[in-house]
Amino acid sequence: MRKLRPLLACLALSGCHGRQVMLGAAGRDGSMFANLWLVFLIVTLVFYALVLIGLVWAILRRREGGEPATRTGLLVWVGVISVTLAGLSIASWLVDRNMNRAPFTGLTVEITGHQWWWDVRYTSADPSQTLRTSNQLHLPAGMPVRVILKSADVIHSFWIPNISGKQDLIPGRTNDIVITPEKVGLYRSQCAEYCGLEHAHMAFDVTVEPLADFEKWWAQGLLPARAPVTPLQKAGYAYVTTRECSTCHNIAGTPATGQVAPDLTHLASRLSLGAGTYPMNSGHLAAWVADPQSAKPGNKMPVIGLEPDQLNAVVSYLESLK
Amino acid sequence: MTELDPDLARDGPELTGVELDRRLTAAWRRQPGLIGWLSTTDHKEIGKRYIVTAFVFLALAGVLGLVMRAQLARPESGLITADRYNQIFTMHGTTMMFLFAVPVMEAMAIYVIPLMLGTRNMTFARLNAFSYWMYLFGGTMLWVAFVLNTGPDAGWFSYTPLSGPEYAPGKRVDIWAQMITFTEVSGLAAAVVMATTILKQRAPGMTLAKMPIFAWSMLVVALMIIFALPAVALDSGMLLSDRLVGTHFFNPYEGGDALLWQHLFWFFGHPEVYIIFLPATGFISELVATFSRRPVFAYPAVVVSLCATGLLAFGLWVHHMFATGLPRLGFAFYTAASLTVSIPTGVQIFCWIATIWLGRPQFRVPMLWVIGFIVTFVIGGLTGVMLASVPLDLQLHDTYFVVAHFHYVLIGGAVFPLLGAVTYWFPKATGRMMSEALGKLSFAVTFVGFHLTFFPMHITGMMGMPRRVYTYPAGMGWGTLNMISSIGAAILAFGVLLFVINIILSFRAGRVAGANPWEAAGLEWATTSPPPVYNFPHLPAVASRTPLWDEGEGLPVTTGLRVDDRELLSVTIIDAIPSVREPSPKPTIWPLLSAIAIGVTFVWSIFTPWALVFGLVPSAIALTIWFWPKNPDVPPEPEID
Repeated sequence: MRKLRPLLACLALSGCHGRQVMLGAAGRDGSMFANLWLVFLIVTLVFYALVLIGLVWAILRRREGGEPATRTGLLVWVGVISVTLAGLSIASWLVDRNMNRAPFTGLTVEITGHQWWWDVRYTSADPSQTLRTSNQLHLPAGMPVRVILKSADVIHSFWIPNISGKQDLIPGRTNDIVITPEKVGLYRSQCAEYCGLEHAHMAFDVTVEPLADFEKWWAQGLLPARAPVTPLQKAGYAYVTTRECSTCHNIAGTPATGQVAPDLTHLASRLSLGAGTYPMNSGHLAAWVADPQSAKPGNKMPVIGLEPDQLNAVVSYLESLK
Repeated sequence: MTELDPDLARDGPELTGVELDRRLTAAWRRQPGLIGWLSTTDHKEIGKRYIVTAFVFLALAGVLGLVMRAQLARPESGLITADRYNQIFTMHGTTMMFLFAVPVMEAMAIYVIPLMLGTRNMTFARLNAFSYWMYLFGGTMLWVAFVLNTGPDAGWFSYTPLSGPEYAPGKRVDIWAQMITFTEVSGLAAAVVMATTILKQRAPGMTLAKMPIFAWSMLVVALMIIFALPAVALDSGMLLSDRLVGTHFFNPYEGGDALLWQHLFWFFGHPEVYIIFLPATGFISELVATFSRRPVFAYPAVVVSLCATGLLAFGLWVHHMFATGLPRLGFAFYTAASLTVSIPTGVQIFCWIATIWLGRPQFRVPMLWVIGFIVTFVIGGLTGVMLASVPLDLQLHDTYFVVAHFHYVLIGGAVFPLLGAVTYWFPKATGRMMSEALGKLSFAVTFVGFHLTFFPMHITGMMGMPRRVYTYPAGMGWGTLNMISSIGAAILAFGVLLFVINIILSFRAGRVAGANPWEAAGLEWATTSPPPVYNFPHLPAVASRTPLWDEGEGLPVTTGLRVDDRELLSVTIIDAIPSVREPSPKPTIWPLLSAIAIGVTFVWSIFTPWALVFGLVPSAIALTIWFWPKNPDVPPEPEID
């Protein structure tokens, strides 16, 4: 039964379309991983079966003797292990060689890890086309994307299991990884290197969409934030752009130009809040603004202590930032 | 009995039996009372203290494991805070690795090895005592700090810059790093004692080629410790210096390098795994031989495997760093090296199974642990093969799959053999057998609990759950698997508790064991259970790898050591030909006082670098008195005809 369990797990996983699973095979590397993993799984299961059969046979055997045959057996065993390991080495190397080898198409995303959120920049040769956002990634399906990875503080790790393996974000170094998402869908990425107090709440959403949708998203992302319309939104705008919020947060097209916290220009169009802590909706937005330390204790956003009407106004404005 | 010449100062055919016992006991026993207890240099006393202390740390870290499992049993659980959880997982890993797994293996060897080799004590007996005190103080410091909410929270690996001065203010990481210093000093001392004892103190005739396999494994491990620990000593020293006096070894903005930490840490950290695992394979070899009623099949192959593992262990460390962006070409080497290490392990597995196959196995409790070990450890070894592959590791790394993998390796591969070995040598140390019924029950419960806890983690990891998260969202599909793991953890803990209960009950009222209750072949079974303070009335001499099976009652002995003073027999390294009689140091309080002086210096230096200056004075005084040449107060030896 125990032998079968990994196999069952594999079947169970391939049947379920989780947003953050290794066998999701939603990207080029993810598919190669799934294939190589299957090879390793079968080979290791065979060896586990051999060991168990040997053990059971040894326990059940009721007589002594047979040393010369056993000596030959040892040599054969060493030979079989060595050849198999050499085979696995080569298979692993061949797959590794093919990963990270996608042709470069010019799409580059620069991600900077912070305790505990992700600063995302879609760079372009034309600076006016450079898009800054945070805690989300939109990717065009079928197109290799070069992701440049940096860290502003400690080591983090970039990992979208459905699409590709990990690459660390290390302060003082610049890493990169080429990922090729293939299946349209929503995925989740989570920091995979322990990075301190709120490591558990450092995720982001990944939207893989057709190229046309992606280009539309990018173009919309470049637009400045929507102007407030209702009186409540206007009050919120006034608060956000003149008080504490603007020292850290940036909202393009407004006087809020802080650079040390997540960009809020199109906040309400994102799927989650607080780097994957909450789903995005007005209730959670209000809860977060009122007391960011309760959902994600230790994060760098202080409790401002807004009056109820201020809170309503701020949330109303933030909600309008589609 | 005829009147003996009172001047006769050596054992021999004329001096034997009760009179020999009286004289040897007088020469080897320590003072009674607290001072005597604190001064002991007897490897058996030190070994037992070491083992008990290590098991206390196992229990403490195990409780932390249970707390983590309670927190993770349900998504978005608020049982403990993020800060507390991070301290707890750091303390769990740190305690298990540095204060339980490595020390307990050394501890078992400190008790058993001199008996197996047929000698009266270890070389550098006082250094041995010093090693224990340093270990005790380091572990105590860590746990006192934890209780005071100053427990380290940067992980047992303490990656920079998270553990550096900027991101880990306060003293938490200093406590961690200084605990490393304590265990380094202690581990290196124990390793030197172990290596020299094994090389120089064997029974006459016990050539390297006739040495028990457990002794081989400890020899390899001692040498590994000597090569591996300096790397982490340097690493934690540089971290302390970054934190304490503002150097920038790991600060990338001032020309330091964050990755340097990882290289040095894993250059120690990977061999560490084998430092824990190889003694366990030594246990297995001893147990398999005894309970299969024959020597281990292909002794040379097993010994070569041990040595090969010890060497290869130093060429694997980068497989912990595949995601750090190092040059890809080099990774192929580390994949190949990591896979290569499964060859010697595969050889050992084959040899143990072949031993059972060729022998007449008896399924006593220790043998059940052996079978549990093979069934469990091989899974961990095979998932290790997966992790060696770069493309697979880039996904599996830092997920619960890895948590499952190393618990299979460390619990299945080291704790199961350890519990088997404790059951096996318990009668030697206490004179009483452990209960078979309770032993079987604790084995079954532990085995089931273990697999229930850790098997699901493979799947949890494949489903994307990263390690070291204090909670997880409800929608991820990880809840059920985590709940199963948590239930399993409770069962596992209950199994270990049954084992401890068995120890306590058997210690008080177990069946009395003779000298050799398992009818084993090793020299440790040639003396009474428990052994006298001087271990052997006459030092045994051996002519084969299985002396007690070959010689039975007529085990040849060596005579001629002084009985009025502590004396050991040194032999040549390869052929074990007696070369010199060596005095063995008497008990003294100074190793303890030195450890206190040095310990105070270490703890003090967490707060100010000046401690290293002022602390030097008491440390130097204590060490000077310890090492001061003693005027031998024994009368000159009588002439020999």
